Amino acid sequence: MRYLPHTDEDITNMLGAVGLKGLDDLFAAVPGDCRFEGTLDLPEAMSEWDLERHIGRLAGRMAVSPEYNLFLGAGSYDHYIPATVSSLLGRSEFVTSYTPYQPEMLQGTLQGIYEYQTLTARLLGMEVATASHYDGATALAEALLMAVRITGRKKAALSRAIHPHYRQVVRTYFAPTGYELLEIPCLETGLTDIDRIGEIRDLAAVALQSPNFFGCIENVQEAADRAHAGGALLVSGFTEALAFGLLKSPGSQGADIVAGEGQSLGIPRSFGGPALGMLASRKQHMRSLPGRLVGQTKDRDGRRGFVLTLATREQHIRREKATSNICSNNSLCALAAAMYMASLGRTGIRELAALNHDKAEYLKNALQKAGCTIRFSGPTFNEFVVGFPGGFDALHRRLLDRKIVAGLPLGAHYPELADYGLLCVTETCSREEMDRLVREVVS
Amino acid sequence: MSETLGTTGLILNEPLLWERGKKGRCGYSMPAADVPQNLLPTELTGDGPDFPDLSEIEVVRHYTRLSTWNFGVDTGLYPLGSCTMKYNPKINEKLAGLRGFAAAHPLLPSVLSQGALRLMFDLERFLAEITGLDAVTLQPAAGAQGELTGMLIVHAYHQAQGKQRTKILIPDTAHGTNPASAALCGYAPVPVPSGPDGILLPEVVAGLMDSETAGIMITNPNTLGLFEENIREIARIVHDRGGLVYGDGANMNAVLGIVKPGEIGVDILHLNLHKTFSTPHGGGGPGAGPVAVRKDLARFLPIPRVVERNGAYELREDFPESVGRVLAFHGHFGILLRAYAYILSMGPDGFKQVSRLAVLNANYVREGLKDVLHTAYDRPCMHECVFSDQNQHEAGITTLEMAKRLIDYGYHPPTIYFPLVVHGAIMIEPTETETKEDLDGFIEAFRSVVREAGENPEVIREAPSRCKVKRLDETAAARNPCLTG
Repeated sequence: MRYLPHTDEDITNMLGAVGLKGLDDLFAAVPGDCRFEGTLDLPEAMSEWDLERHIGRLAGRMAVSPEYNLFLGAGSYDHYIPATVSSLLGRSEFVTSYTPYQPEMLQGTLQGIYEYQTLTARLLGMEVATASHYDGATALAEALLMAVRITGRKKAALSRAIHPHYRQVVRTYFAPTGYELLEIPCLETGLTDIDRIGEIRDLAAVALQSPNFFGCIENVQEAADRAHAGGALLVSGFTEALAFGLLKSPGSQGADIVAGEGQSLGIPRSFGGPALGMLASRKQHMRSLPGRLVGQTKDRDGRRGFVLTLATREQHIRREKATSNICSNNSLCALAAAMYMASLGRTGIRELAALNHDKAEYLKNALQKAGCTIRFSGPTFNEFVVGFPGGFDALHRRLLDRKIVAGLPLGAHYPELADYGLLCVTETCSREEMDRLVREVVS
Repeated sequence: MSETLGTTGLILNEPLLWERGKKGRCGYSMPAADVPQNLLPTELTGDGPDFPDLSEIEVVRHYTRLSTWNFGVDTGLYPLGSCTMKYNPKINEKLAGLRGFAAAHPLLPSVLSQGALRLMFDLERFLAEITGLDAVTLQPAAGAQGELTGMLIVHAYHQAQGKQRTKILIPDTAHGTNPASAALCGYAPVPVPSGPDGILLPEVVAGLMDSETAGIMITNPNTLGLFEENIREIARIVHDRGGLVYGDGANMNAVLGIVKPGEIGVDILHLNLHKTFSTPHGGGGPGAGPVAVRKDLARFLPIPRVVERNGAYELREDFPESVGRVLAFHGHFGILLRAYAYILSMGPDGFKQVSRLAVLNANYVREGLKDVLHTAYDRPCMHECVFSDQNQHEAGITTLEMAKRLIDYGYHPPTIYFPLVVHGAIMIEPTETETKEDLDGFIEAFRSVVREAGENPEVIREAPSRCKVKRLDETAAARNPCLTG
């Protein structure tokens, strides 16, 4: 086996050095009744060639563009990933290193993550950002637990327009804690009914998502004002990080903690993971943040360098009193996001976000002209809720045979939106593909 | 120092991203607009983030230079104890990049994602076979999230029994994340001291296990690199008193095909695919932490679950007793795919050999250093060996200083100051993918560092001297945190 370098001679010499006769003698400490004496029931080893053919065949059974036209977003977005990002991210000094516990040996990762934290803070309009979390859903759950720690209150309210899976993850994290979770309903406009915020007492946090699950742009400032009036923190979530190239940042609208998904920033969808949990806060809450942080310092000669810092919040130091149990995070995905943000720059991210918006509006308008119902009339970014003449679900099914995935049916998560669907358009969607969808819808 | 692996090279300086560039540059190929412009109301739009504008070559040089300041498994021996820094096969990276998988949307209808679902279904079966357990979730994103998922299952189990418990036993030789994972589920960790030989004694567990205790979180082999030989007896005690046995499988690399945890009393076990199953660690993740359980606990596994019916695979959510979702989608599929490729590359015999050689390499290093470093427990080890700096106390040299000096010799230092049960611990896990020559070089380097501790301690206190930066001031970083530029 090519990954195992030992020759028979090596094995004999090494066994001799440790004073043993055979390899099985190495396991003398394992009692007989703990040993598995059989052979694992696994497929026989494959050659690299056979493996590539086998996995290639499995990959061939997946519906991806350009063979398929996908108008599917809902927390996972099709954005073009520059060749530079894939190539630079593939450098094995980044890929095959461990968590930078020996900072002098891992300045590349550390400076890269420090830059990621900085660009993330700038994108979200916040003062500090963590080195990464698993995904947007766990970042949101951690943000809410953080709000509980900061305020000492044991109740949080979540907008119903937050991604349904994110709300499920928050429920999972909250279930054993005894903390209470409440839901804030939506209005007919597709926006969160923020008037309800004032009706709930003793909230640790109010969480909403903007753009929300329906693509609608929430009034974060208004929600923050209501939350603050009752002494609660505002946690602002997102699934489409690119939106902040164009929209006001959540930090500029009063959010105290921002938590969301960074997959849009140069990370392949990869059937849902690994993605990137982005978490940022105001500086005053820095010591309550969960997860790793990279900080700037100096070496003995006074030169700039970077280290993992504020570790006294973390599980390996604080044990059960830590701000989170997170250890490994999604560092390489954070590095990809930094590379992507650096490639775009301020000029580029604005242009790209505007292009995404323009394209989505083009399809929205074209579908409306073709007789579809646009469920919510307010401004949206990249995604919108639509009803097809003759019903969404039937046409959605029919279009699969035409190699079009016309968004996500919403009935399963929102009974009130049965027979509506969520459509998504990004810069990778051509006008021709959108026109084709419109033709199919009216035909 | 004579000729060593570590040497100096031309290392280029590189500023921070925003110290480069010029407004108006862009390193991104902007698609042409093929639709009319459509402006959002200005009260919704901002100025855009204050990012630097860089050209493509500036981005490329920036990250290429940064990468040269890093050390990875591809660079050299990385013997971090309990981290299993084995070689990360290149073919797995190539396969993860296949468009069918890399571009696949997680919410594709089942009928359009049969390739990924079958891969997940098969991987679950493989991991069940390796662990000797019955059902597997692939969803947890990392080892610590696997622990959390396991603890959620323990919590759900006791809830279903009609009486919740308040405590959990955690040995002093368990992994560092265990207490925090248990605490997230409301369990108060009760430390269990290991015995004089570094392993758990059944009578100690029996003395602590009561009807308020939910179970035990046990790392086996433990973080001293020792097999918990009383595991069956300990499991019997815990089970008899209504508790569950959680196995931390982070050290599974020692016993692949040799011990099946499910057959020796473990009810729930997480695996770290980025340790045992060769997926890269990426400078801190992403990893993957699948959890395997006994048959009667399968009903609590996270949703969605992959099920097979007549050769077709689908994701199902109708498991009312499930602990729920732990991640937005179905786990770190890109990592799962690499582990799947690794399992198919190794085959059943390959796995057994992995553990034999991992244990051989650890014992070989232990033998090569035990006359110069103090051994915490004087007995053969499994996949890792633990020393301390006790012999160097007289010279006033610490574990940290020796670790930093090893860097100058061209080796990543071992895990240090863990496990906590050994004062000044030096925890070495070479893994099976290292050659005898590399181990000999490492042993020689460490022996040389130990000699320097006696003869020339100043050179050790100055280390590292060959990296991009000298010793960094971690205290100052924490005192006045500067987390953004």
